Amino acid sequence: MSEAKRLQQIRHNLERRARVYHFACVFLRGRGFLEVTTPVRVAELAPEAFITPVASEDRWLITSPELHMKRLLAAGYERIFQISRCFRKGEKGRLHNPEFDLLEWYRANAGYGEVIHDTEELIVSIADALGTGTNIIYQGQKINLRPPWPKINVREAFLRYAGWDPTANFDQQRFDTDMATLVQPKLPTEHPTVLTEYPAQAASLSRLKPGNSAVAERAEVFIGGLELANAYSELNNAAEQRRRFESEIAHIEREQGIKMPMPERFLSAVGGMPLSGGIALGLERLVMLFCNTRFINEITAFTEDNI
Amino acid sequence: MKIEDVKKNVKLLYQGKPWNVDTAEFVKPGKGSAIYRLHLKNLLDASVLDVTFRSADKVDEASITNLEMQYLYKEGAHYVFMNTQNFEQTLIPEDLLGDKVHFMKEGLLANVQLWDDKATDVSIPVFVELAVVETGTAIKTATVTAQNKSAKLETGYFIDVPSFIKEGDLIKIDTRTGAYVERLSTKK
Repeated sequence: MSEAKRLQQIRHNLERRARVYHFACVFLRGRGFLEVTTPVRVAELAPEAFITPVASEDRWLITSPELHMKRLLAAGYERIFQISRCFRKGEKGRLHNPEFDLLEWYRANAGYGEVIHDTEELIVSIADALGTGTNIIYQGQKINLRPPWPKINVREAFLRYAGWDPTANFDQQRFDTDMATLVQPKLPTEHPTVLTEYPAQAASLSRLKPGNSAVAERAEVFIGGLELANAYSELNNAAEQRRRFESEIAHIEREQGIKMPMPERFLSAVGGMPLSGGIALGLERLVMLFCNTRFINEITAFTEDNI
Repeated sequence: MKIEDVKKNVKLLYQGKPWNVDTAEFVKPGKGSAIYRLHLKNLLDASVLDVTFRSADKVDEASITNLEMQYLYKEGAHYVFMNTQNFEQTLIPEDLLGDKVHFMKEGLLANVQLWDDKATDVSIPVFVELAVVETGTAIKTATVTAQNKSAKLETGYFIDVPSFIKEGDLIKIDTRTGAYVERLSTKK
């Protein structure tokens, strides 16, 4: 198929994509969030074992705008959001493109529960603005978007669908494989589902649950089989964050032979950040949901294959 | 080769057998490690297998060759083909040919895919020319609509043809559908 024909065929999806982006911003501005712009090419990144950044001369392209947005929170900005182009090396597939858009927003003096609540309202507001209503069909599945969305913690979900408890005996490889092959495909599809309380070992940049340090205040939103958003009660303990980064840096060096720098500017700011809730939502996945497409390239003008 | 480079229709050697990659899916939880799920089809017996690999895993590519071969004759449940370059002969089981047996006329040129000297696939031309050896007369009707009738071809294959086709006619057949395309010449 010629390029022009392909681009014409997906035109209605690209038009809907623009509207989804627009209504997402309208919703967050309406809730008092300030739209910010942070750099795409940065000197420090959160080292994460399974996210490979793209180098750009002596800098990195961001894998998420998280560190800079938290530096704004630490400086007293209480409600902020942005849509950022992010880059993750090698992530290419039906639901992945190595460059993609994250919608991130943060609320000071809140936790992950509040930003999950924002997400419920955001998605209903976009559905209303698009005129789809809250009963949508994605890939043959009827989905009712009306909140509140059922929450299930990772321990219960794994005991039910994978037969073991990752919060008691954590095994990274088994956790990732079972999440993708056993748990995620069996989550209910008739409504969005929120997986909460990830094992402490998968806490990443979230704080551990007060009173139960085996789990982290981290949640993921799944709709119609799509992993859509990842929320944290943000960790603001600089010493604990440094220990986690050290462990990630060691893992990356061992597995990939790359020495990632410690994000010192971020660490010197994060101790001053109020307890906050933050979330990163994959906008392409949200557009796929509202366009009812199975492949990310049906809602993307130019993917890795044709740039 | 690296699992990251495996695409649809790559041929892999896995557990000592050759497989075609029917689908390759990249699965990755946002914060977790990547998984590659392959749906494989065995090139020898068409059995299927789902396998999961991780980032940085290595897989072996199956060494597949494609050769032009000519069909010579049938021997029991096998079809004997000859390499047109070195004249070596290869036996190809009837099962591997499937519906293509209907078009096996001596001298037909085919593309044979081989793994470890074993044939794993045979492609034949989209169109072949075969002679009609037997056909009845069509029932005459008052309409001008073309009437079809059954005809037997030189390979033993029965096919629907228009009523004007006679014994001895040479016709063109689409091997993908097995259907009549046109008459090429007629016996005077």
